[in-house]
Amino acid sequence: MQTVFSIAVDALAYGMVLFVISIGLSVTMGLMRVVNLAHGAFAMIGGYVASYVARDLGLGYTVAIVAAVAATIIIAIPIERFLYRRIYGAPELTQVLMTIGITFCVIGIANYLMGPTLKTIPLAEALQGSADLGFRTIPVHRLFAIVCGLAVALGLWFVIDRTSFGVKLRASVDNAAMAAALGVRTEIIYAVSFGVAVGLAALGGVVGAELLPVEPYYALRYMVTFLVVVSVGGAGSIPGALIACLLLGAIDTTGRYLMPEFGEFFFYLAVIAIICIFPRGLAGRAK
Amino acid sequence: MTLAMHDKEILIQRRRSALSRDLSGIAVIVIAAVIGYFAFPDNLALLTRIIAIALLVLSLDLVTGYAGIATLGHAALFGSGAYAAGILSAHYGINDPLLMTFAGILGGAIAGLICGAVILRAHGLPQLVLSIALINLFHEFANKASSWTGGSDGLSGISPDPIFGMFEFDLYGHTAYVFGIVLLLIVFVLLRLLVRSPFGMLCRGIKEDPLRIRAMGASPKAALARMYVLSGAVAGVGGALNAISTQVVGLDSLSFTQSAEALVMLVLGGTGSLFGALSGTVIFMLFEDYVSAANPFHWLTMIGALLIAVVLFAPKGLYGTAAAFVARRKEARP
Repeated sequence: MQTVFSIAVDALAYGMVLFVISIGLSVTMGLMRVVNLAHGAFAMIGGYVASYVARDLGLGYTVAIVAAVAATIIIAIPIERFLYRRIYGAPELTQVLMTIGITFCVIGIANYLMGPTLKTIPLAEALQGSADLGFRTIPVHRLFAIVCGLAVALGLWFVIDRTSFGVKLRASVDNAAMAAALGVRTEIIYAVSFGVAVGLAALGGVVGAELLPVEPYYALRYMVTFLVVVSVGGAGSIPGALIACLLLGAIDTTGRYLMPEFGEFFFYLAVIAIICIFPRGLAGRAK
Repeated sequence: MTLAMHDKEILIQRRRSALSRDLSGIAVIVIAAVIGYFAFPDNLALLTRIIAIALLVLSLDLVTGYAGIATLGHAALFGSGAYAAGILSAHYGINDPLLMTFAGILGGAIAGLICGAVILRAHGLPQLVLSIALINLFHEFANKASSWTGGSDGLSGISPDPIFGMFEFDLYGHTAYVFGIVLLLIVFVLLRLLVRSPFGMLCRGIKEDPLRIRAMGASPKAALARMYVLSGAVAGVGGALNAISTQVVGLDSLSFTQSAEALVMLVLGGTGSLFGALSGTVIFMLFEDYVSAANPFHWLTMIGALLIAVVLFAPKGLYGTAAAFVARRKEARP
């Protein structure tokens, strides 16, 4: 019972962190049809900035989160303007190469600037230790990650479902050319959602640093996981991504707890099975 | 009547020009091999590795360049060939290099069948993710089956006999190098025939427009699956060559990094052309050898920058861009 409970908490926290990082990827992929392998690199940049601000400058955890999100968005703007804009609508292979190139560059530069070691982000006082739920105690940080994930999911649902920006966004996802013809400034929608996606990735990188440790090969190591989430959930679908994250988080965490020697074996087996059964993702729509 | 004659003449002419390009391709490979032999007499191991990787990139070109399947897991076929050849020698004591090469071909083809069956089920992003999941699955499997594969220590104890009982694999790698060149030449000629055959044309047609091919009565999926098996056989030759020449098979031959690098080499040279695949491999490997010796951190940054530059300025790859340039010059001055 103890094991089941801790697996459940860890799986939930892990799934939520995955969700925060990959939801941006899912939305931009559904919107811009760009296979973006560099998304993990932005999460990594966020983690590095937060680590620098919180550990080396000694500022608080909250400041670190805000700084990480802001800095990552600022770094991402020129990358979007000069590199990504040229590959919208390009063949998949081109997009894969360009974004892998960006990932390699970010890894190399991070390695050069910050060194190859693991970077920690010191938590705020309030997030250390564990919380007593009456019958069990769980680490506060896990709770914080879960709450962050829920908040992001709720916030995105509200923006996309209830605001005029969301209406335009959904219209552009469904049919960008038609939306543009009806007067939606799609390039602004693209830019804003790219910014939000990158910001969320950075947030996820910071919040999830306990579960996905920040190091130079972060971008390559977890890139696969983020892509898997998007393709299992179906690009552009928030509920799909949420279900995919929880499902994959559960499979991965359970596998690690119960059969650590088989590592990721079951994770990838599950991924192949899910994609073979649902080639368009769990919530994917027929084209 | 005259029209038919004319058509026939064009056909003959085309065949002749293809034949002359085949011959010049073979000549270029032989000349490059001889130059390499005399330019790097102390580094034949690197050159042999380049040949092995060139076979992997050629095989990737078959599925990506000719059949239009984007995959980031192609090293699965290469590694399976390498392990098949290595296991034959290390566990069964069959040390004949030709038999080991056949084992590599078989291993690669079977891996190609498995990968093809899975990857061809999806398109676009899910396809890419499937290929990544497959290479990770293969990697994990090889890691866990350590009694067969040696796990993360690598498979050692491979000791190939002399070829035909005459040419022993020496310490300097002379035999392995010549063996590799011969394998490469055979594969190159066979692939030239393959890509020009009706089957090769069918695969190109599927890349352009699968719906139309289906309307013409051919099954795209069956053709692509066959192409995948052939591609696996070619990659298996490369894997076997690597196992024979280095006498060890490591887990890195089944890694995502190896797959991604192969794709980078292919695109650097130019997809959809055997010459592009070969030139991309040679340029990339020599560049890697030079830069990574100088500084391993900057190496990755350089590769990233190179990739971005190729995508932005030479989307057809180095060979493709050069070929297009030459063709334009020819057209301008008939």
